[in-house]
Amino acid sequence: MSKTVLIADDEPNIVISLEFLLEQAGYQVMVAHDGQEALESIERQPPDLVLLDVMLPRLSGFDVCQKIRENPAWQHMRIVMLTAKGREVEISKGLALGANAYITKPFSTQELLAQIGAQLAVD
Amino acid sequence: MPLAGLILLTSCAYLGILFAIAYWGDKRADAGRSIIANPYIYALSMAVYATSWTFYGSVGRAAVSGVGFLPIYLGPTLMAALFWLVLRKMIRISKANRITSIADFIAARYGKSALLGGLVTLIAVVGVIPYIALQLKAVSSSFLILWQYPTIQMPNSGQALGPLQDTALYVALLLATFTILFGTRHLDATERHEGMVAAIAFESLVKLLAFLAVGLYVTFGLYHGFADVFEQAARLPDVDQLLTLGGPAGTYGSWVSLIFLSMLSILFLPRQFQISVVENVNENHVAKAIWLFPLYLLAINIFVLPITFAGLMHFPAGTVDADTFVLTLPMALRQESLALLVFVGGLSAATGMVIVETIALSTMICNDLAMPLLLRWKALGLAQRADLSGLLLGIRRGAILLLMLLGYVYYRAAGEAYALVSIGLVSFAAVAQFAPAMLGGMYWKQGTRAGALSGLSLGFLLWLYTLLLPAFAKSGWLPLSFIEQGPLAIAWLKPLALFGLAGLDEIGHSLFWSLLANLGAYVGVSLFGRQSSREHAQALLFVDAFKVAGRGSSLWRGSASVTEVIALVGRFLGPARAREAFAGYAAQRGLASAAELVPDADLVHFAEQQLAGAIGAASARVMLASVVQEEPLGMDEVLGILDEASQVLAYSRRLEQQSHELEVATGELRAANARLQELDRLKDDFISTVTHELRTPLTSIRAFSEILNDNPELDPAQRARFVGIIVKESERLTRMINQVLDLAKLESGRAEWHTSALDLKEVIEDAQATTSQLLQEQGVALCLELPAQIPPVLADRDRLLQVLLNLIANAVKFCDREAGRIGIAVQVLPEALQVDVRDNGCGIDPADQQTIFEKFRQAGDNLTEKPQGTGLGLPISRQIIEHFGGRLWVNSARGQGATFSFTLPLGQANAAASDAGRETEYGV
Amino acid sequence: MANRTLRAQRLVALFMLGCLLFSYPLLALFDSGGEVFGIPLLFAYLFVAWALLIVAMILVVECSSR
Repeated sequence: MSKTVLIADDEPNIVISLEFLLEQAGYQVMVAHDGQEALESIERQPPDLVLLDVMLPRLSGFDVCQKIRENPAWQHMRIVMLTAKGREVEISKGLALGANAYITKPFSTQELLAQIGAQLAVD
Repeated sequence: MPLAGLILLTSCAYLGILFAIAYWGDKRADAGRSIIANPYIYALSMAVYATSWTFYGSVGRAAVSGVGFLPIYLGPTLMAALFWLVLRKMIRISKANRITSIADFIAARYGKSALLGGLVTLIAVVGVIPYIALQLKAVSSSFLILWQYPTIQMPNSGQALGPLQDTALYVALLLATFTILFGTRHLDATERHEGMVAAIAFESLVKLLAFLAVGLYVTFGLYHGFADVFEQAARLPDVDQLLTLGGPAGTYGSWVSLIFLSMLSILFLPRQFQISVVENVNENHVAKAIWLFPLYLLAINIFVLPITFAGLMHFPAGTVDADTFVLTLPMALRQESLALLVFVGGLSAATGMVIVETIALSTMICNDLAMPLLLRWKALGLAQRADLSGLLLGIRRGAILLLMLLGYVYYRAAGEAYALVSIGLVSFAAVAQFAPAMLGGMYWKQGTRAGALSGLSLGFLLWLYTLLLPAFAKSGWLPLSFIEQGPLAIAWLKPLALFGLAGLDEIGHSLFWSLLANLGAYVGVSLFGRQSSREHAQALLFVDAFKVAGRGSSLWRGSASVTEVIALVGRFLGPARAREAFAGYAAQRGLASAAELVPDADLVHFAEQQLAGAIGAASARVMLASVVQEEPLGMDEVLGILDEASQVLAYSRRLEQQSHELEVATGELRAANARLQELDRLKDDFISTVTHELRTPLTSIRAFSEILNDNPELDPAQRARFVGIIVKESERLTRMINQVLDLAKLESGRAEWHTSALDLKEVIEDAQATTSQLLQEQGVALCLELPAQIPPVLADRDRLLQVLLNLIANAVKFCDREAGRIGIAVQVLPEALQVDVRDNGCGIDPADQQTIFEKFRQAGDNLTEKPQGTGLGLPISRQIIEHFGGRLWVNSARGQGATFSFTLPLGQANAAASDAGRETEYGV
Repeated sequence: MANRTLRAQRLVALFMLGCLLFSYPLLALFDSGGEVFGIPLLFAYLFVAWALLIVAMILVVECSSR
């Protein structure tokens, strides 16, 4: 069975590219355009991995990350943070909140797929 | 024999001095105080062109062909005039693409082809080995001759002795050791060897002085000037032949072919490429070399004929080899120290050539031959090894030793068959084969990898057949019938008269056939083949080198103020460090203080480097644009490329580079964390926000470029859609950059204003017309409520229009989705005009009403839907209105739309308008 | 910028002049075996032309640089 990935990003074009890449790689893809929507989507159908932008409207990526980790049922969900800011502080903050990995924009498509593949292989 | 000891001691002392210079040069380079960053050193080091072939061989050739020795120096002189165009372009391309050898250059141009790199390396090695052999021969025979002082005796040929008694072997080993010590002490990513260059420049001085010393002594000491030498020489038999062309010694045909050949050699000999391109510190140094290098050649040749004639007159015909006159004349005249100086000059000519040539070749062998093979050899697991520097150094040292020994073997086997000059010409003809692929690669976009491969191979094979094999035959390795009757007695295959072509000399004949085939195959195969997208991208980078990267320093010219630049750098490095840096820079240029600095391209470049060290190259550029008068960033060009969908890939390559720069920028931002925190305290995270905002469109562009790149089989509709997104996001990027620059310009007070009395009504109607398309697309209605009479205001029309367009675009974005309505109203207040732009959207929270005027803050950061836009429109508009003396603000409540209002003061505008009215019947 | 392109064009012109000076028809003019001030004509011509070419290069390069 193919793994499911939730893309949470508010840039429509970036979402289109991610969707294309992940579907091409054989994942089942869901999309959320803001933090709130992401949480709702996770509640409806928990994905195997969340690709989470930090600068999300309504609820930031950090908040979403924290909310996911607060729920014991979602401990095994992999979280890959995706953001344009590559500052040390933000990386540490994301990782401290329970993210599994971090990718900075602009990303290399190969690296992105490799990272996601690696994260999903851990299980 | 005390003299033998003296010779050895002098040689060793001389090599010691060279090494000391090189060591010192490297030390200074490490300390950042380069001694070679100077056009004179650059031009002198180029004189590595003059080897022992020049030093001893010119006289030898002159003894046979008179002025026939000159074309080899006239060619480079002519080419020097083209240095500014050709060499500078080679340097520019090499610096931009981090090219470290001629093999690298050709391989990179044709799609980074490892095969091509290997082929070029092979040609260079096979072609240049005879040339190295020549240097060994020169050093060892000059040593043996001087050894016999005061007797003058031509040395026995090396073959008579066993290798262990052969001086040439020891010379080869000594030079190999020396070169290894010189050139491979450590690895340098740029393959630059500052110490070596300094030593080479010194050697150039030594050999010139030595030759001039002999020349002056012979011409003015032994004889009474040039005229006297020539007058006495007139008594020699056959002297007329030496002083005219067209005789058996030199025809016009061979004269021209030699000029042409040496023109190519000065660019494409591996050592010349190493010195003039790879080791170049600053491409502006080329300018001085244009005349200084030919001047050097002139100086080292002026006494060649006098020395030749003096030698011919002094020694009975046939007793002394003319190749040794430079040394044997002072010896015969008992000028011990002069003879020793000559020996050192010859030594320096030979060592200089050997050092640079073997370093250049070893880099090629290592990077273009050995490493590609080793890395592909999976069993070694090299690709996984973290530190390869030891291995790389080992390969290079091995290559140097191997080259030297090959040179020695060639010398033993073939060295006696030819005079010095002929050996060198064989090498020249080999490297001339690079010309079509190199020059075509720099000026012709259609040249393909297949074309270059077939051209080079054919040219090389013909060179082999028409020059090298005959040389072997003459040395006895092949039967002489091979030359005389052709292989298998097929007459039209005779290597020296291929297809029956006679009447040219060997070199001209070989050059004609090999270059004809080379060029023909290169052009033909290129025209009938296709480039891969990778080749195409590289072709653009090479051919448009000046257009792509050339906007660098030359365009920044003359529009900056030194204090502003220093202040800007101070913001990031701290004022004290900035002052220190610029004072150092000023001192480096020989100025007393930073106050004397001239705001030129170099200064801006220096500032950019300083900034780039702290905040990364990309951000540095944006920041400098705010103090240096705005320059277009080249986005228009980039977009022009995008218009042709086929070139999308070229673009993605450039983007990769761009995003890599940004990555580096971020890395350095991390390193400069402390400084950045200071910035944060000042609430000025403008830079990091700019980076962040630029990254968003860049992310889409890069992702889709890579998708297009990796999925050539995408269906056309999807392909078109993705290309469309790339174009849109690029436009967004352009807009953002333009606005950032615009804002910086407004903030620094450098914007130009064309203030005049304006009819506001007309400007508003203009804005309405401009946005009508947008309004129609979005289904938004715009209604104007303008009073019949509006007094004129004093403002810049374009800027005011910009504000209105911004506000309308903003209103459109936030309008009600179904029934958008925008109203623009003008009220005439006692002292000002007030313009209201009203929308019926969702309104703006009171909390957001101030922040939306800050840079990069958009209402909607916390809303469901993020608006499209740069987040700079409102700050720019506010800057403009405030410049006019007005105010820009917003009134809104959640759910009830928003009204942006601005005022323009009437004040003096009325007076101005009444003036204007009188003259132009202004419609008030 | 304009200065730089002008310099490049002047240098190309010098290149062409040089090609002319050092090749067949002109060279043949001086290939007669005569003398000037006791110096063979061809030798003198080659070096004088060479020197003049260099002087012209100096003028072009150094005068357009500032």
